[in-house]
Amino acid sequence: MNATSTASDASGALMLYRENGQFKTSYAADQQLLPIAQDRWFMVALIAFCFFAVPLIASDYVLRALVIPFLILTIAAIGLNILVGYCGQISLGSAGFMGVGAYVAYNLTVRVPQLNFLVVLLLSGGSAALVGIAFGTPSLRIKGLYLAVATLAAQFFLDWAFARLPWFTADSPSGSVSTNPIELLGWRVERPVDKYLLVLGLLCLLTLAGKNLSRSHIGRSWMATRDMDVAAEVIGVRPIVAKLSAFAVSSFYAGVAGALWGFIHLGSWEPAAFSVTMSLNLLFMIIIGGLGSMVGSFFGAAFFVLLPLLLNRIPGMLGIDLSTAMKSHMEAMIFGGLIVIFLAIEPHGLARLWAIGKEKLRIWPFPH
Amino acid sequence: MKMTMPNSIGWIAAAACAAAGLASTAAAEDAKAAKEQFIPLLVYRTGPYAPNGTPWADAKQDYIKLINARDGGVNGVKLTYEECETEYKTDRGVECYERLKGKGPTGATLFDPQSTGITFALTERAPVDKIPLMTLGYGRSESQDGQVFKWNFPLLGTYWTAADVLVQEIAKREGGFEKLKGKKIALVYHDSPFGKEPIPLLEERAKLDGFTLVKIPVTAPGVEQKSVWLEVRQQHPDYVLLWGWGVMNSTALKEAQATAFPRDHLLGVWWSGAEPDVKDVGEGAKGYSALTIQYGAGLSKVQKDILKYVYDKGQGTGPREEVGTVLYNRGLIIQMLSVEAVRRAQERYGKGKPMTGEQVRWGLENLALDQKKLDALGFGEMLKPLGTSCIDHLGASYARIQTWDGSKWVAGELYEADQQIIKPMVRSAADAYAASKNITRRTGQDCQS
Amino acid sequence: MSSAIVARLRQHWPVVLLATLLAAGLAAPLATGVATTGFFLEVLLGGLMAGVLYSLVALGFVLIYKASGVFNFAQGAMVLFAALATARLAEHMPLALAAALALLLMIGFAVIVERLVLRPLVNQSAVALLMATLGISTFLEGFGQAVWGNDIYRIDLGLPKEPMIVGAQRFAGGILISREDLAAAIVVGALVLVLGLFFQKTATGRALRAVADDHLAAQAIGIPLNRIWVIVWSVAGFVALIAGLVWGSKLGVQFSLSQVALKGLPVAILGGLTSVPGAILGGLIIGVGEKFAEVFLGQALARWFHLEGGGIEQWFAYVLVLAFLLVRPEGLFGERHIDRV
Repeated sequence: MNATSTASDASGALMLYRENGQFKTSYAADQQLLPIAQDRWFMVALIAFCFFAVPLIASDYVLRALVIPFLILTIAAIGLNILVGYCGQISLGSAGFMGVGAYVAYNLTVRVPQLNFLVVLLLSGGSAALVGIAFGTPSLRIKGLYLAVATLAAQFFLDWAFARLPWFTADSPSGSVSTNPIELLGWRVERPVDKYLLVLGLLCLLTLAGKNLSRSHIGRSWMATRDMDVAAEVIGVRPIVAKLSAFAVSSFYAGVAGALWGFIHLGSWEPAAFSVTMSLNLLFMIIIGGLGSMVGSFFGAAFFVLLPLLLNRIPGMLGIDLSTAMKSHMEAMIFGGLIVIFLAIEPHGLARLWAIGKEKLRIWPFPH
Repeated sequence: MKMTMPNSIGWIAAAACAAAGLASTAAAEDAKAAKEQFIPLLVYRTGPYAPNGTPWADAKQDYIKLINARDGGVNGVKLTYEECETEYKTDRGVECYERLKGKGPTGATLFDPQSTGITFALTERAPVDKIPLMTLGYGRSESQDGQVFKWNFPLLGTYWTAADVLVQEIAKREGGFEKLKGKKIALVYHDSPFGKEPIPLLEERAKLDGFTLVKIPVTAPGVEQKSVWLEVRQQHPDYVLLWGWGVMNSTALKEAQATAFPRDHLLGVWWSGAEPDVKDVGEGAKGYSALTIQYGAGLSKVQKDILKYVYDKGQGTGPREEVGTVLYNRGLIIQMLSVEAVRRAQERYGKGKPMTGEQVRWGLENLALDQKKLDALGFGEMLKPLGTSCIDHLGASYARIQTWDGSKWVAGELYEADQQIIKPMVRSAADAYAASKNITRRTGQDCQS
Repeated sequence: MSSAIVARLRQHWPVVLLATLLAAGLAAPLATGVATTGFFLEVLLGGLMAGVLYSLVALGFVLIYKASGVFNFAQGAMVLFAALATARLAEHMPLALAAALALLLMIGFAVIVERLVLRPLVNQSAVALLMATLGISTFLEGFGQAVWGNDIYRIDLGLPKEPMIVGAQRFAGGILISREDLAAAIVVGALVLVLGLFFQKTATGRALRAVADDHLAAQAIGIPLNRIWVIVWSVAGFVALIAGLVWGSKLGVQFSLSQVALKGLPVAILGGLTSVPGAILGGLIIGVGEKFAEVFLGQALARWFHLEGGGIEQWFAYVLVLAFLLVRPEGLFGERHIDRV
């Protein structure tokens, strides 16, 4: 450390991302979420940018079509990451839990219209968590790939329940439900900017909660179960608590994301909106983004939302005229191809690339 | 550790994505040519519904090209268009809508979502963005009530008129409505808003005419129907109504053949009666009847014009053989009504000027196409005269039965739906919708605007 | 009853419970008189034959998992691609030639997959490989439709479409047996036989079994892993082609054909991912279970809870698999997995 610091004094002006001089004097300070001061400043700047600058510069279309779905999908991706990345239980039924959240929220707003929307979100997340625990119970006995198929049972059962049980859709004869704009303590969430701010606020809260959970006792028990569940059980981590809590938290996130997806992004939906395709897409997102990492969920969701739009524009920009069918096929081909390429190049996802980038930045301009 | 290769690729990829993302968010500057009418085309050319969606989409484009080539546009205003792939999915449909609604000098003319599911989602947005939705032969059945649904136009038919006509046809085959008592009619339907729409009317008629209605849903996309038809076999219905779309139709016919259900007791809605549904089954579907909205397959004057002005010049959108097929013709009718709405709007708001969505809505609400006009347009053989009004966004409710003879569709009798039963149902459903959304019924002055 | 037998039953109570429930479910329609004997047999036979068709797809999963430990989510897309290729090529040449060309395409596909996907991902986790096959699946669906088109295409195997009705004297209405399904069942039986002979009698087959047993040991005795994987994926491609032909002839060749993979998945899991007889047995169980659930349970639910009945098939198959997995977590004939610390 000393040798490098004398060398760094010479080019001190270039050393931006260094921990030099940042000493911690308490355990609390040492265990902060963002121990490096530059990280803290960056995060404050980023959050300020998101809350204040983005509403001013982004158009309604960008907010509605890009940013809001990205934020909502990030919430769902964080939830799935907790289950698959931190706790190691493969789940292909996450969209079903999103649907539970959406339909419970719809039912609450229709049957109990006086409820504050935040309370509605909490309750829909909670019900999704209960359903998640119920369908997560097989994980105590079934592992790995077989569990993935068991979670598909949850997905298809919920698909059927939404379509078939009239209670879910408040007896709508067509099976399609539509929502009214949300009113939050007098603030009518109608314009894209309003929706954006609401979702952004919720995302910040949920990310903080998720990050803290992953650093806590419960998070460590998840990771122990993921890495070596027999050994974890031997040292006293109760698998029933670890696995079911992972399912509960993950489904809570999925439920909240589903309610937001239905109310804020779609406005009106039918059961097919929460089908197995969405589950597979969420899994794509966290794999591409990086399993077991909060920031990975962000990257994965961004990748997933941006890619179709890029693929739509690029042929036009390059001057190639493709039919809409061909564009759709190219999108599928490129999407599939990129998945394979990413997995081959960096199986730990974009988050790992990001971490490598940060590492490089810490010792820049030295190569190692 | 191989940090350099993946690292640099990662950064380059990230930078490229960011750059392209920013570039793509910059709104594409449309050539703000003054005299252009932009028509968005929501289509699906991929996925399980593509075989039926493609001829429909091709016809819409061909008609636009015809109007531009033969007539030079609508009173000199050229028609422009852009297609957007929805894959029959609601969220993609909404995304396409958001992307295309502002294009063109006056915004989008109107939307034909080609899907009941997408229609439900857009019904919320259309009034806010002031763009009408034309849902010819699909969509919400109660939206024929224009006093509540100001922006929805289910022209020429809804699922309730379709179901009613099918019951009329069955009554005719049995020898009168009284003969329906005690009979069993099964509805094999696509498990989606589209498939569930006719149920209220069929239940109402079941009460009135005394037949039993058996409802058998088919999970989308309808490729697995073995158990459905085993159930049909168990129930021994006298007639089966097929309410499917896309690959579900041909699968149903194949399974009907495989379970020896007499095809001449199988009746389909107008979305289950086109060439892609029966071509595959061929002789096996002989005797199967389906509805069509006034006109089925055939080459009338307008198709001949299209062949002359569009295909002969190499501008055809799809294959030449597609012109004149059932769904192609329906697409032509849809696009013709869109263009006529623009023309009607121009009569009030200025000939030769591009029309906004609001103005086109007025045009859609005040359509008056008599036989002379239809003849001039080339649709004289295809359509009966029609007219819309504030309360009536339907225009006409005729439907024709056509039967597959093994190699082609043979046109049959023309029916009109019984509005006596339908109107009260529409009224109560529309009132319920208005109550839930805090909409007041349009009357008087608002109706004329 | 002898106390020893009772003790055994008490020891294996989950199996007993499951077996009792299933038997009760099977017998219920007949016992309660909801179904006539004739219809009961019809549903049973229909279910068995449907099950055989599912196991055709499941075989593809099992083959690849057995030899390379990869769960091939792309099997459905492979079925679709093979069927599309055959159907489109058959428009210009006799069907047999078209099928042969399609087989060559599938072998080419196997080579490309081995080179571009399996080799770079050689030591990754199961989840990563699963995702890679999902990526292949998406790619192949897009590629197949981009090249061959989106319409419904016809494959004419010359199978009879009209059903036969037997026992019309004994049972009211007779028992309906689909001739097409029967022919398909015979095809599957023949395929299983051919595969069995391949694995038992040929050198390549034995090499495949060696690789399935233990990669490292197989490599140690000189079996070229890369070539084996190409062969395995080619055989899976061949199975996909047969499945595509049979299903395509039944349903018509269209995009949704890849959905049949979602039916083959629970079958492969139920049988235990490494067992061919398991796939067949699993298929029969799922086929019968599904049809019974859809026809009888669905109606019961409609009657008791006033639901609009139906649509149960899809989730019931998975719930059935779930129930079996709770009793035997590795599937019926799967290898017992021993967790070591």
